[in-house]
Amino acid sequence: MRNEMTADSDHTWAIPEVRRTPDRFRNAIGKYRLRRSDACVACGTCAEVCPYGVHIKRNKKMATPKHYLCVGFSCNKCVEACPEKALSLEENPVTGVIGDRRWTPDLLISTWHMAETGDVPPGDIEYKTGDSGGGFDRLRFHYTEESSNEADKAAFSTRIPLNRLNDGRGKVEIGIPVYGGGMSYGSISINTMIARARAWQAWDSFTCTGEGGYPEELYPYDDHVITQVATGLFGVREETIQRVKIIEFKYAQGAKPGLGGHLLGDKVTPQVAKMREAVAGSSLFSPFPFHSVYSVEDHKKHIDWIKEMNPKALVSVKVSTPTDVDMVAVGSYYAGAHIIHLDGSYGGTGAAPEIAKKNIAMPIEYAIVKVHNFLQEEGIRDKITVIASGGIRTAYDVAKAIALGADGVVTGTSEMVALGCIRCRNCESGRGCARGIATTDPELTELVNVDWATQRLINLFAAWRIQFVEILDRLGMTDIRELVGRTDCLRHLDYEGAKAVA
Amino acid sequence: MPKKYHIETRTATPRFVPIGKSTILDWEGGCLRCFKCVKRQCIYDAYNKRTFDVKQLTDTIDTICKNCLRCVQSCPGQVITKILNPEYKTMGDSYWTPDIISREWYQAETGSIPVSGAGYPGPFSGPGFDDMWTDMSEIVRPTRDGIHGREYINTMVSLGRKLTSLTFDDKGKPVLDAPREIEIPIPLIFGTLPFGSLSPDVYLAMAGAAAELDTLIEIPVEAWDKDLEQYATYVVPVLSEEQIQTHGHLIETARVVEIKDSGNSEGALKKLKAKHPEVMVMIKTALNESCPQRVQALAEAGADIIHVYADRNGNVQIGDKTWFVKDAVRKVHNYLVDRGIRDSVTVVSSGGIAMAEHVAKGIICGADAVAVDIPLLLALECRMCLRCAKGLSCPVEIENVHPQWGKTRIMNLIGAWRNQILEVLGAMGLREVRRLRGEVGRAMFFKDLEAQTFGKLFGMRDQGSEK
Repeated sequence: MRNEMTADSDHTWAIPEVRRTPDRFRNAIGKYRLRRSDACVACGTCAEVCPYGVHIKRNKKMATPKHYLCVGFSCNKCVEACPEKALSLEENPVTGVIGDRRWTPDLLISTWHMAETGDVPPGDIEYKTGDSGGGFDRLRFHYTEESSNEADKAAFSTRIPLNRLNDGRGKVEIGIPVYGGGMSYGSISINTMIARARAWQAWDSFTCTGEGGYPEELYPYDDHVITQVATGLFGVREETIQRVKIIEFKYAQGAKPGLGGHLLGDKVTPQVAKMREAVAGSSLFSPFPFHSVYSVEDHKKHIDWIKEMNPKALVSVKVSTPTDVDMVAVGSYYAGAHIIHLDGSYGGTGAAPEIAKKNIAMPIEYAIVKVHNFLQEEGIRDKITVIASGGIRTAYDVAKAIALGADGVVTGTSEMVALGCIRCRNCESGRGCARGIATTDPELTELVNVDWATQRLINLFAAWRIQFVEILDRLGMTDIRELVGRTDCLRHLDYEGAKAVA
Repeated sequence: MPKKYHIETRTATPRFVPIGKSTILDWEGGCLRCFKCVKRQCIYDAYNKRTFDVKQLTDTIDTICKNCLRCVQSCPGQVITKILNPEYKTMGDSYWTPDIISREWYQAETGSIPVSGAGYPGPFSGPGFDDMWTDMSEIVRPTRDGIHGREYINTMVSLGRKLTSLTFDDKGKPVLDAPREIEIPIPLIFGTLPFGSLSPDVYLAMAGAAAELDTLIEIPVEAWDKDLEQYATYVVPVLSEEQIQTHGHLIETARVVEIKDSGNSEGALKKLKAKHPEVMVMIKTALNESCPQRVQALAEAGADIIHVYADRNGNVQIGDKTWFVKDAVRKVHNYLVDRGIRDSVTVVSSGGIAMAEHVAKGIICGADAVAVDIPLLLALECRMCLRCAKGLSCPVEIENVHPQWGKTRIMNLIGAWRNQILEVLGAMGLREVRRLRGEVGRAMFFKDLEAQTFGKLFGMRDQGSEK
């Protein structure tokens, strides 16, 4: 553990500690599965040769293998060493039913591994890219240096400032170029919310309340909470605006650009209703758009209103990615925003119409480039913080987003995955999330222990930070801020001249 | 303002157990007989609700199970696992994918639009309709809130010719010879089915739905049945030129008839118009290299509607290249616009319309409306096995559908589609589907976005990477 320099000398921050935190369910899912036949004589040879702790000999018997730790055919040591030929290895058939083109089984499994261990997975599990066939999944870094040795890595900084206006408001910095996206009380459980706040506090960064009010349980973490003002104004009060360091205006969200929010009646429990000042059991619609904003001037009026109410806070503007996203970004700067948060069309955590997720608005990869270039042409790129989200799954996606022109990113789904989400995508049906992450059902909520969840999130971002440092090191950089807009460090596999990196 | 149009939907449970994406494997061997079995803890109560369908010899658990994997992950004996259902994977083809088919079933059963959490799971982009995104309005361009009914978004289109200018007699009075026009409240008609175990009851179900939706359905005259008479004004009899003589009685009762273009259908068109001046004529002509010129010729010859078609996967052969229907229609549209005659005729396109988004995208690329075919069969539980095309029996006995049930299923599907069209129109800030026609400015194309961003950074895109 080690302290990083912070802008504010009174404020010291230490990289949080990783503690091994296994899956909450008995049988964690891995990429491979071992079969042990009746020929096994429990000699324990497999336990001796396995470097990963898959096989355990207990009381003269072999325990059920910890399949999920197995790295597969590239190792194969136990299968070869078994004197009785009792072991066989296969790909876990469950990988056929989990994951998809964006979140491949490998990405899910590697994210679970990082949340358990705080480091990248061993073996051949692909933890950098998915299989979507475009955008981040076809971009690669073009490294110029060899990885330097471990001892030198203390010199790297992953901190970024969020206030680039120098307008006398808070000099807010975050420990990694990542903060947590808005997920409301109601769409996720209170345990999940608290765990996120605690983990983001540990990373000296922020979580966001989403549009669902500001639960009292988050008060201890005020300095690490972003509160959202969205079109339904659910749970927005002067008092909540004054609690925090950053206030986020949500104009649109990538999961359903151009559409309002919708919390189904089933999820509106008495507690949720109280928080949102609504009626329990009735569906809550958050309209699109703000019916008081039809111009950049109206938009500025909103921002001024918030700034007046909280003279220290920064203002973030969250927008989706229409064809004129670059104009929207410039307009937000002139309206006085500190942060322009672009939410691309492929992301989102909450339930949304599939037609909207697939079709409406452009993927974030394009939007980052358009906005970064346009802000540069306008000469205001260094006056505003550009934050990207919407389909950012891995540490490599984060680094690529930054190299394309973002200052930092916002996560959502990857946090859910760290907490054991398998992307069954039934967040909205019945009692809600079968794994207790995105639910208001009291029994299901108890499936997530706050301490466990906090540590899983801390571990995930510890693994991400290791990767950020590795990428910087191999690009000959020492500070993540050097990477912003360095498209020369990237190659696209579908474009000429990319062959060398593939 | 027109009367608010609303499609009634009602749950219509499937007659056969739908093929699920994954299947549960739970075997007895190794079961520890736990006092508190994980199967009893299923939050969807799947193990309790499961039954065995004796007719199909299928366990129903796979359609109840929602793949949360809690049982797989919690069983102490590790005797439960889930695997991809091989039968699911082999459904349909590369265009009509298992995911499209099963979503169509869901919509036909529930009338609800497919909703899910955790982001978009699919590829970045793809061929066909997947190389474009629809736009949204933000801050300075307001959206329309159609789906929650707070703002009315009109999905009506009119079919037929429009006057492009007025003429006056020698007294200076306008001579009005207004062409006939039909308004349909949704921008789609039901097209001729390319296959299917088609019985009179199937046509009754479809024609019943078309009538209730107030749209049109193409039915080949060979398939005409007396029971269809009640829907005669919604049926578009599909005729060859020879059948104009022999099927005059069907033309009498129809508002629109369709003639397959022989390449020289102008004569037939003239004859038909002379004999039945009241009927509107739709000519069905193939999308191909000379299609734009052909459409112009047919429009000038007086056709009211031109139905341009691709194959069932939306492919069009132009020279030695395969085009996709939307690009071929865009060419037709632009050709007519350039000649100032776009509004003199209605263009309906078909081929590859598989999802609600395809209706919107087809219209963006220049069609006034689209014709939907295979999804109507999918609404009736078709599995796209194409056994019917080989003369074999239909595994879901489509020929035996009850017309009322079939009608409900189709209305559910179209109801769900319309709600999705409202979503994209609302996001684009449009209150009129007619304003969407040819509005490529409301869409973003893969090629353009790549060129504006990665193209500037990384140079030329590899030819080989064009999939």
